[in-house]
Amino acid sequence: MVEQSPQVPMPGSRPGLSNGEMRSLSDEDPCIEVRNLNLFYGESQALKNINLKIPRGRVTAFIGPSGCGKSTLLRCFNRMNDLVDSCRVEGLIRIDEDDIYDKRVDVAALRRRVGMVFQKPNPFPKSIFENVAYGLRLQGVNDKRVLSEAVEKALRGAALWDEVKDRLDDNAFGMSGGQQQRLVIARAIAIEPEVMLLDEPCSALDPISTAKVEELITELKKKYTIVIVTHNMQQAARVSDYTAYLYLGEVVEFDDTRRIFTNPKQKETEDYITGRFG
Amino acid sequence: MSNTRKWFASGDPWIWMIGGALTVSLLMVIGLIGLIAVRGFGHFWPAELIETKVRTASGEIEIVLGEITDTETLTPLQLQDTDLAGQADGDALTSRAQFKVGNRDVFSSDFRWILEPRRIETRVPDDAIMLERREYGNFYGYLVNIKRDGEVIARGDNAFDELKAMLEKNRAQVDELEHIDRYEIGAINYRLEQARLDERGLEFNRDKISAREYQQRMAEIEAERETARAQYKDLREQRDALMRELNRASVTMRTADGREKEMKLSNLIRATRNNAMSVFEKTGYYLVKFKEFVLGYPREANTEGGIMPAIFGTITMVLLMSIVVTPFGVIAAIYLREYARQGTFLRIVRISVYNLAGVPSIVFGVFGLGFFVYTMGGSIDALFYPERAPQPVFGTPGLLWASLTLALLTLPVVIVATEEGLTRIPRAVREGSLALGATKAETLRRIVLPMAAPAMMTGLILAVARAAGEVAPLMLVGVVKLAPALPIDGEFPFLHLERKIMHLGFHIYDVGFQSPNVEAARPLVYATSLMLLFIIISLNLTAISIRNRLRERFRADSD
Repeated sequence: MVEQSPQVPMPGSRPGLSNGEMRSLSDEDPCIEVRNLNLFYGESQALKNINLKIPRGRVTAFIGPSGCGKSTLLRCFNRMNDLVDSCRVEGLIRIDEDDIYDKRVDVAALRRRVGMVFQKPNPFPKSIFENVAYGLRLQGVNDKRVLSEAVEKALRGAALWDEVKDRLDDNAFGMSGGQQQRLVIARAIAIEPEVMLLDEPCSALDPISTAKVEELITELKKKYTIVIVTHNMQQAARVSDYTAYLYLGEVVEFDDTRRIFTNPKQKETEDYITGRFG
Repeated sequence: MSNTRKWFASGDPWIWMIGGALTVSLLMVIGLIGLIAVRGFGHFWPAELIETKVRTASGEIEIVLGEITDTETLTPLQLQDTDLAGQADGDALTSRAQFKVGNRDVFSSDFRWILEPRRIETRVPDDAIMLERREYGNFYGYLVNIKRDGEVIARGDNAFDELKAMLEKNRAQVDELEHIDRYEIGAINYRLEQARLDERGLEFNRDKISAREYQQRMAEIEAERETARAQYKDLREQRDALMRELNRASVTMRTADGREKEMKLSNLIRATRNNAMSVFEKTGYYLVKFKEFVLGYPREANTEGGIMPAIFGTITMVLLMSIVVTPFGVIAAIYLREYARQGTFLRIVRISVYNLAGVPSIVFGVFGLGFFVYTMGGSIDALFYPERAPQPVFGTPGLLWASLTLALLTLPVVIVATEEGLTRIPRAVREGSLALGATKAETLRRIVLPMAAPAMMTGLILAVARAAGEVAPLMLVGVVKLAPALPIDGEFPFLHLERKIMHLGFHIYDVGFQSPNVEAARPLVYATSLMLLFIIISLNLTAISIRNRLRERFRADSD
């Protein structure tokens, strides 16, 4: 008798995915370390006692139902939550051993180290060139030659150079949504951050643009530590190395993506990824 | 029943209603502009000169020559109040015509109403002449002769051509005379005044400098004064010679009722035979008159001549106001929207700013007079111009204070519009900039402000429209009936902020209601209104085109 293995394909799982080596978080070199993080909007608590170690040079995905706090957590890493008046953060976040919520931290300098790409493409009302050069100009780089080189490098890095090299002086709003999102990525990598935060970067894009951006993410992880928030579980499965499932402001499970999608430890995670919940 | 309900539900009645309301509004605007345009533009067209025989109440025959400016229909009841009372038959309507008969120096009044039944015979004589004069308004009549040094040099048919040729020649001399009067003597007076002030300043500082230096400076001032006086003497002689030359010729005219009147040629501007002119000649005349109106200086208590100083004053003041109000309004809006902590106090501040827009403008005028003119201007005088006391420099209404008062008046508009613009900038764009390591200030300067620029321009457009049309406060803080000099000229420092200015809005009020000859000046009121409208529209169009260009440049997704 040949025992048939009960191969029920999990949603979002890739054939052959389970054949690879499972990685263990404890073997990885942590880039971002979150310890006992609590976050409040006024009276209501949005994040509850979060503890995470996000590995360097990998893609980490946050998944979870709407309102579970994944974007809020992401925005803690470059202190974007500071913009919200009622927001209060307790606990510790360290990037490369630096406490980023320390009083002496220069927030602008932090954000230069931790780049971010938003849900909707948000190019500036400037030319394509000036969009990419913006971060460098902020740092006082005004040499035309240096800027040109950096812009080309960033656009090539975002796989956009061939499409726009002849119209660098055109307004960025003339581009398609997918191009705009890649432009925003180019803009972020032009200042060579260490970490890239992607907040649902494909939710406003069509499938072809999404494929391009995903391809880009796999390319980018060679150089950057990437944290991505996504609603699309297939996407998480396709692009990420590690996945954290958040629910009601808590990290339910954080592990190798393949394990999360094939053999989750928690019942809630399984319910969510199989679509029984969420 | 259900059809009616369906019709209502479809929304058609609403569309008809709002469409109708829009049409009515548009018609009113077009009617207003049309009325002003017809009355204003019509004024410069040479009117037909009509001679009519009139039988007066006492039975005498009188001949009247002039332009018909108005006609009226009278009911029998109204007729009771005229000298035709009693002759009215039954229900018949009568009409009367208003003649502009001119010749104020002969008849003492420019206008005459003539009842239709009193007119016996009417003709349109080709040889009737309209003389435009520097004093006493127009003269209507016939040419008798032209004299030079008391000798008759032309009479009869060719005298008119001679007159026109002489007037043409005169014009150059008169222009020269005016130039001397207005600019050259003005410049010398300015130098003399400057010398006097230097002297007084020197007196003030006498104990601070050595006696030797004092003597030396005094001598310099005296020398300057001497040269100025010498120049003045030369000019004076030149002017007198011109005047003598101009006064040599005179022209004798006969009124329609046979009285003769001799006038100096230098008092005349132009002579026309309106009835004999072709359409082309009339058009040429029209253009010349219109140019004179737009580019000329006013004469005869503003009832004749041009409105150039008023146009100039209005534009200068509005531009100055824009330069002041834009930075202040924008800065205030940025603080209110971007930096101030939102709360009850801020809400009170904001409501107060909004309400400032509803304060009657005359109140701003009173404030401007009390604060800007007397307090600030007085302090400036005390600090910087002690040698001019007791004459005020800035402590009296003037261009600067008028502009500042208007800036204050329009500040809320700019603040509100800018705030609106700042609010509309998508949060995502700001976050995008911050995420690239920009500080809040850098984000404001590089991203937010350029994107809000069209909104600021909108505020400025509204401010300009309001400021250019404002009159009441200006009467208190710097606008006068007749300013002796333009606020910008060739004398250092070129822009004279302390000078009083003329203003189109006030000019309309003054000409229409305060002038000695309201009836004669009324067409000028329409023409001036038209000019004011035109200036506001062109200022606005300029601002709108700038805004559209900005919008195109900083076009964002949401627009």
